[in-house]
Amino acid sequence: MSTVVTTPVRSGFSFAEYLTCLNGIVWREALRFLHQRERFISALVRPLVWLFIFAAGFRQILGLSIIPPYETYILYEVYIAPGLMAMIQLFNGMQSSLSMVYDREMGNMRTLLVSPLPRWFLLSCKLMAGTAVSLLQVYAFLLIAWFWDIAPPPSGYLTVLPALILSGLMLGALGMLISSGIKQLENFAGVMNFVIFPMFFASSALYPLWRILESSPLLYYVCQFNPFTHAVELIRFALYGQVNWTSLAVVGGCTIAFMVGAITAYDPSRGLIRRGPAGGEA
Amino acid sequence: MKTDGLRMWDRCLLLGMTAWLGMATPAAAYIAYVSNEKSNTVTVIDTSSWTVTKTIKVGQRPRGIEFTRDGKFVFVAVGDDDSIQVIDVAKQEVVDTLPSGPDPELFALDAEGKILYVANENDNTVTIIDVEKRTRLGEIQVGVEPEGMAISPDGKTLINTSETTNMAHFIDTATRQIVANVLVDARPRFVEFKRDNSEVWISSEIGGTVSIIDPAKRTVIDKITFNIPGLRSEAIQPVGISMTKDGKTAFIALGPANRVAVVDTATRKVTKYLLVGQRVWHLAFTPDEKYLMVTNGVSNDVSVIDVAAQKVIKTIQVGELPWGITIAAP
Repeated sequence: MSTVVTTPVRSGFSFAEYLTCLNGIVWREALRFLHQRERFISALVRPLVWLFIFAAGFRQILGLSIIPPYETYILYEVYIAPGLMAMIQLFNGMQSSLSMVYDREMGNMRTLLVSPLPRWFLLSCKLMAGTAVSLLQVYAFLLIAWFWDIAPPPSGYLTVLPALILSGLMLGALGMLISSGIKQLENFAGVMNFVIFPMFFASSALYPLWRILESSPLLYYVCQFNPFTHAVELIRFALYGQVNWTSLAVVGGCTIAFMVGAITAYDPSRGLIRRGPAGGEA
Repeated sequence: MKTDGLRMWDRCLLLGMTAWLGMATPAAAYIAYVSNEKSNTVTVIDTSSWTVTKTIKVGQRPRGIEFTRDGKFVFVAVGDDDSIQVIDVAKQEVVDTLPSGPDPELFALDAEGKILYVANENDNTVTIIDVEKRTRLGEIQVGVEPEGMAISPDGKTLINTSETTNMAHFIDTATRQIVANVLVDARPRFVEFKRDNSEVWISSEIGGTVSIIDPAKRTVIDKITFNIPGLRSEAIQPVGISMTKDGKTAFIALGPANRVAVVDTATRKVTKYLLVGQRVWHLAFTPDEKYLMVTNGVSNDVSVIDVAAQKVIKTIQVGELPWGITIAAP
């Protein structure tokens, strides 16, 4: 574990010092992830359960027409793969926010926030660390999916990377924003019900939007305003070497908005963190 | 600590690079002709870009379609006009007509490209046509609803299947007489010879099987069955068969199952089912055998299969009810 070096006299910090801090936070997150094998396995099992069980049951029911970025008919499991990749990142984003609530309760958070480096930078590092962990999970999922005949073009594995980084940052920032408003670890179950499930189900992850439009126009609009839909579509297009500009704009915009929100909320001088006494019900 | 971290990123990058195996090579330029049974047209597709370059108006109910041996003309059986039309590939229009019996469906051209054998669905006959003189040389009485047609690699035997009689008729091309009848499963649709003349494969649409016949003994030696999880067996209706030149792999179109079965000809087992459009019927290889194109009748499109990768790479919209397909170098 590298410790953050404090230099008392100078006003600014050198690039190397920023890098030390980044490395320290990312490395801690990576170690934490590697040591929690159960977490890695559960992060993988979740999408695989969807893939092997849910998709197998639904593959005959949901006939798909050809929609971009696909150029031919695809099996349902191929369709939901990008949605499951985004789901991994969604859970990971929420999980890292959960760990922040835990850190805060355990007092580790103070160690982090006491660092002389600017808070926005510390939180960005934390975000990058979480995203890096989610990338490992997504690529492990893609590897297993490959054996299940879900094989995008080989170049897709590379072109999807920027999309995954951006969507990982967005979902991580969202998690961070939410965690700033949560006072207790127990309240986190609510996040599952009120954030993860609605975001996942009201999106294009499981069904194409044209099919949702056929059954419920209202739900269609909800899905369109759901940033998770755009994270899924951004990943879906990138996996086939294409850019969905609308989704890119939405995901990029939301990332910035959530990050600004999270940084503001974590600022003890004016943010949510000081709103009420710890343990108080919000 | 920092170096350890960097090493980890290096490893990740390396993993990413190994996953990246390179781009697909562009297809050589061939042209594919697709007969559209309902819209009475033939669609021309450029295989270098997989785009439709022209739609040619032909007679009514075009089905069987094949290039002449020199690649300059395309024959198309127009069933409701009771004839075979000839499309000039350079002009991309119908330039001539060959006389067939009533309702021609499928036909086979001999190795020299001089004699055409046509199955006339409504007349229970096979018509023999001299391609150069554009005249009828004779007729052979076969079973009810003749359809599948194929000539053996040595040119000595013509096999015709009759859909209602459920038989494969072995016809001697020299005497033009039926020499044997082999009973197969219900509604035989298509015949494909192995290049070494060791086996004949016949698809039975209603029976849901492909019978393998020893052409020397003229008996069924094996049957291929299909099983797609989640699909009713009635939905599996094998029609078109295409075998690679080396005889190692066969592709079988399974109609309303919307799948093409990939069969290892050595073990005679299905190794993979490829999802294509709705009601897939006939297939054709590009001359280099890199790609296989299949016609999807109900979804009005043609799917392209990468033969080596055994993957469907693209689906192209064509006319209504695409039926047959033929591909040659322009």
